[in-house]
This record gives sequence, structure tokens and C-alpha cells, in this order.
Amino acid sequence: MTLDRRSFLKLLGAGAGTAGLPMIGRAAELMPKTGRRVVVIGGGFGGSIAAKYVRMLDASIEVVLIERNRQFVSCPFSNLYIGGLIKDLSSLTIGYDKLAANHGIKMVYEEVTGIDPAAKVVATKGGTLAYDRLIVSPGVDFRTEEIEGYDPVKTPDVIPHAWKAGAQSTLLRNQLEAMPDGGKVIISMPLTPYRCPPGPYERSCMIGTYLKKHKPKSKLLLLDANPDVVSKKPLFTKAWNEYYKGIFEYVPAKKVTRVEAANRTLVVEGIEDFKGDVVNFIPPQRAGQIAVAAGLVGPDKNWCPVNPVTFESANHKDIHVIGDACAPPSTGAPMPKSGYSANSQAKVCAMNVVALMNGRETTDLSGINVCYSAVSEHESVSIAAVYKVAEGKITAVPNSGGISPADFSIAKMEHTYAESWLRNILTEMSS
Amino acid sequence: MRMKKAWMGAATLAGALFAGAASAAPPTAEMLSNACAGCHGTKGGSAGLTMPSLAGQSKEAIIDAMKKFKSGERAATVMGRLAKGYTDAEIVAMGEYFSKQKLHATNQMLDKAKVAKGASLQEANCSRCHLEDGKEGKDETPAMASQWLPYLQMQMEMYLSGKRKMPEKMEEKVKPMSKEDLDALLHFYASVK
Ligand code: HEC
Ligand code: HEC
Repeated sequence: MTLDRRSFLKLLGAGAGTAGLPMIGRAAELMPKTGRRVVVIGGGFGGSIAAKYVRMLDASIEVVLIERNRQFVSCPFSNLYIGGLIKDLSSLTIGYDKLAANHGIKMVYEEVTGIDPAAKVVATKGGTLAYDRLIVSPGVDFRTEEIEGYDPVKTPDVIPHAWKAGAQSTLLRNQLEAMPDGGKVIISMPLTPYRCPPGPYERSCMIGTYLKKHKPKSKLLLLDANPDVVSKKPLFTKAWNEYYKGIFEYVPAKKVTRVEAANRTLVVEGIEDFKGDVVNFIPPQRAGQIAVAAGLVGPDKNWCPVNPVTFESANHKDIHVIGDACAPPSTGAPMPKSGYSANSQAKVCAMNVVALMNGRETTDLSGINVCYSAVSEHESVSIAAVYKVAEGKITAVPNSGGISPADFSIAKMEHTYAESWLRNILTEMSS
Repeated sequence: MRMKKAWMGAATLAGALFAGAASAAPPTAEMLSNACAGCHGTKGGSAGLTMPSLAGQSKEAIIDAMKKFKSGERAATVMGRLAKGYTDAEIVAMGEYFSKQKLHATNQMLDKAKVAKGASLQEANCSRCHLEDGKEGKDETPAMASQWLPYLQMQMEMYLSGKRKMPEKMEEKVKPMSKEDLDALLHFYASVK
């Protein structure tokens, strides 16, 4: 515990710029805690739902949701925006006003600067917040230090990742629109695990759709660090072969180790150069920075091990981690890092947090993941799974789930269901 | 060495947490049903036009639909794959849960003339099973009141194309009707609050 406390203070010192003076004792309390309180960090697919469901389950518990942005932009469907199938980001953007009003959630729009697990306090730039239980849903951050030449601030302005939706998605789309016909587009994706397993492949289909329609002489290359397609392989392979032949090329086992922003070049394993006119480099990932700083990550230093029922951190008591950042230990087949998983985990976590705070028995996880991916202008495909806990591990229920039929016979219907799914999950988060 | 120690520390702590997990109760109706809400909306009230609301649907209809999804008898895009993940007892629990939620009243932009025409046709053709203006259903017949029109239209298309098997007695009524009249009926049911 001492080590964690020290790193916490170090983090605060760095943020406060007051020569290491611990902020925690000095910074004003944002909202004094009167009754029982759950603090939630992060208002994405996981955090917003955790906050809402804790309140729905027990209105006597105060819930404070800390989020640095006033608006949330959905990563799901942002590939359709990049490919020009959606006009702007407005249909993917939600705010928190209705959610807060409907459920009595207290919103704090601040950047979290540290967590003190021993004192049970969260520090933000605006002041501190005490908690009884903390739910951390920080999403992912990039392991850019592993990529030679990558400047976390400057590089994405030239070589967008577009792996957090918003300005980055717009930048990539603008670059595609500005590129002359006959140009070369490169997408580079990291080794698993990373946020949204089918996402890079969907992106290749959406950029392919754009190029086919507007710039048919162009070329698109997907450099996959993995030895093979890691999600919905038969479905994406069919789409590539049938719709994007002549434009698209899939190149497996190309792990980018260096970027040269100035000449839009990616270097694979330090030796092989790939130069493009538009380069979309998706860096390798780990749990959001705050989870790393708070000592919530496991021995791999990247992901947060949690209890598969309560999502309580294996490292710190009374702190729960959900969504992309968490890695239920020894799960065999953990839930994928997706918006749907985060939504589902948030409800399981909320239910058990409320049970624990009321001295009741916890309830085993029953979860779902579904990811829709667009493969063309009017077609989508999906992967689905139901999860239960068996022998202390989260496992997909045998003989259930799976991917859409490979003949695309239901792909048009799934395209419309995908839109309804997005509407429902964003409505869940915002009302 | 230090690395190994940290590993062990984490493992012991994790072990302690799992011991707690082992005593957790099996998933409740709420635990099971919450997982569906990412697609069907909070408590089964759908905001997506092609995704059916489950809130207020009859228990019998949900159980019947889930069992038919599970066996493959009812054609589906995703529900077949999902329904296979649940035991019959869990399906009953979810049916009970959603049937107890308040009907999700929708405000849809509907062609008034079609609604009126549907209203005049429903009594003679559909009301034997779709009771009380579609607010209720006989046995496992689903309620359709306030259901999203695009969802009902997609399902009617599946019936007419033979992808979804119609109940025999419903088919007797539906087969002779024009597409326009059927669409008017769906407009009517979607309009009922
Ligand atoms: C990925 C989104 C998704 C999830 C998750 C999901 N559903 Fe569905 N549900 C659908 C779609 C789409 C349909 C229409 C049938 C089809 O094409 O699969 C449907 C139809 C249904 C129907 C038929 C409704 C009617 O009026 O006939 C029932 C009942 C149902 N779902 C129950 C559930 C239950 C219970 C769960 C949770 C265990 C669940 N669904 C989870 C997408 C979903
Ligand atoms: C003999 C009873 C009966 C009659 C008459 C009947 N239905 Fe049905 N209807 C059912 C049953 C039972 C189901 C669900 C069966 C299934 O597909 O598994 C159903 C399902 C439906 C559905 C799908 C709803 C959903 O949530 O998926 C629609 C739409 C529908 N009926 C429309 C009609 C219309 C329009 C009429 C009149 C022209 C009609 N039905 C007459 C029994 C009937």
C-alpha cells in the first residue's frame, strides 16, 4: 500500500506543479461526503451506465460521475462517419444533462489527477472527492513509448489514430477527402488485446467504400500486427474479396515499431518502410492512464485484473474497474473490449456494488457482448456471445453466440438493427 | 525475484476475492435481463426504430419467442445465437421480468389515413388473437400496441416471404389480404397507446 500511496503523491505533485507538495491535504473538497457515496470515473459506455444503475438500484446512495468532457462521442459508427456514410458526428454525440437529471447523478466535469486507495479519495484538478466505493471506467490510452519517433502530442495531428472518436475521426476523414485520386492509404493496427477487435477491419471496409466511390484509382493497405485476422475473419475476408478487390490489400504480421510523421512513413520491425498519402496508425494500448497511475494494472502493467463477479480490483479494495481497461484474471475467454461489454459489465458491477454496500449476497455475472460491423454501404455483420461465471472465470456459454452467416443473407437487416442498437445503447447512457 | 513476489501478492489477493465470488448467488431475473437492454433499451423500452420493445410484452409471448429462437423455429438475425445461451428457467425469469415493466409508449409519426383504415380492419381479421387493440395477446400471441412500426414491417415481410413461419390460423387471415391493408393494420397497432 505504501508504494501506491507514494506513486499517488508523486502523480499529484507532477500535476499540481507545487514541488511535490501533496495536494490531497490542501486541495479543497469538491463536495463533502455526507451519506454513502459511489464515485464513478469516466462517462463512457461503462461509467455512465454504472452511475445510472447504482442510482436505479439504490437511490439512497449518492453517485458522483467524473468526466472530463461535456460531450461523449461514440467510437462505434465513427468508422461510418470516416467513410462518409454519416454526414457529421451529431448522431454519435450525447451529453449528460438528462442522465444526471433523471437519476440524480452529480456530474463533475474535471480531469482526475489521482486516486488514493488507502484514504479512499479521488483528486481532480478542481478538488477532491471521498468515496465508499469507486468505479473506474477509464477506457484505453496508447503505449506510444513503444513506438520510436511517436510524439503523443504532435504525431496524431499528422498521422491520426482516430481510435478515440471526435476531432481525430474528423481529421482522418478530412485527410481522405483532401487526398487526390490515385493516392495510397495505410491503416496500421496493433497486436491484441486492443479496444474493439473488429474495429480496424470495419474501418478498412468503410475507407474502401469511400475510395471505391470517390477515388477508385487509390490503394488501401491494412498492416495487421497480428499473424491473422483476429475478428469475424470469414466475414471481412468475403467483404474484401467481393467489394474492395483491386483497391484493398491485407498484410498480416506487420508490427509497426517506428513512425516518421514528416514523410508519413511507418516502419515495420525497424526495417521495412511503408509510405502513404494518408496514414492511420492505431497504436498499441493499455488501460487508461489514471488506472496505471493508481496502481490498478496487473503484472503485465497494461490491464487491470478484477474479480469476475464484482469487478473489484485485485490490487485495491473498494475500487472496481470495468470496460476496456479491465482484464478479469485467468478468464480463458474474457469479454472483448467493446462498448457492449462495458455496458453489460457496468450493470453487473453496479448490482454487486449496491449489494456489497447493503451487506447483501452478490450475484453471479450474466453478460452479453454484441458487436456490429459495417462491411459496405448497406450491410453489417455481427458477433454475439452470452457470458456466465463458471469455476470463478467469465466464460462464453458453450454452443451459443457466434458470427453472422457468411453468405451475408441477413446483412441488410443487420445494418438496420445495428443503427437501432446504437440508438438504444446511447439512449441508455444519456437518459 | 521482486517481480515474482508481486505476482504472488496479486494472486493471493485475487484468490481471496474469488473465494467471495464463489458464494455469489446465481443470476437473478434482473441480472439476466439487464444484459438485453443494450439492444432493447433500459428495462426493455426500445428507442431504436427496428428493435422491438420488450417492456410490457406478455410473459408467454417472450418465453415462446425465446424458445423458438433457441430451437431455430423462428428465424432471426441475432436472437437465435443469443437465446442458445440461456436455460429454459432463465428464459422464464426474463419473460416475467420484462412483462412486469411498464409498456413503452412510443410517439411515432404515422400516416393517419392508414391508422384509420387499420382500425377498421383489425376487429374482423386479427382481434381473435391480438386482443384489446393489440394491447394484449391470446396465449403466446405478442402484444403489438405501441410497438415500433419499422420492426413490425420487417417481421411482416419475414412472414410473407416465408422466412418466419406464421401460425396457421393467422396465415388464413393474412394470406388473402393486400399488402396495403396489412401495412394499414401495422400502422394501427403501432398507434395504440
Ligand atoms: C444485439 C442486439 C440484441 C440483444 C443483445 C438482444 N436482442 Fe432480442 N432482439 C434483437 C433483434 C434484432 C430482434 C429481432 C429478431 C432478430 O432478428 O434477431 C430481437 C427480438 C427479440 C424478441 C422478440 C420480440 C417480439 O416482439 O417478437 C424477444 C422476446 C427478445 N428479442 C428478447 C431478448 C432477450 C430476453 C434478450 C437478452 C437475453 C435479448 N433479446 C437481447 C436484438 C437483440
Ligand atoms: C389465430 C391467432 C392469430 C391471428 C388471427 C392473427 N395473429 Fe398475428 N400472431 C399470432 C401469434 C401466435 C403470433 C406469434 C407467433 C410466432 O410468429 O411465433 C403473431 C405474431 C404477429 C406479428 C409479429 C409480432 C412480433 O412482435 O413479432 C405480427 C406483425 C402479426 N402477428 C400481425 C397480425 C395481423 C396484422 C393479423 C390480422 C390480419 C394477425 N396477426 C392475426 C396470432 C394471430
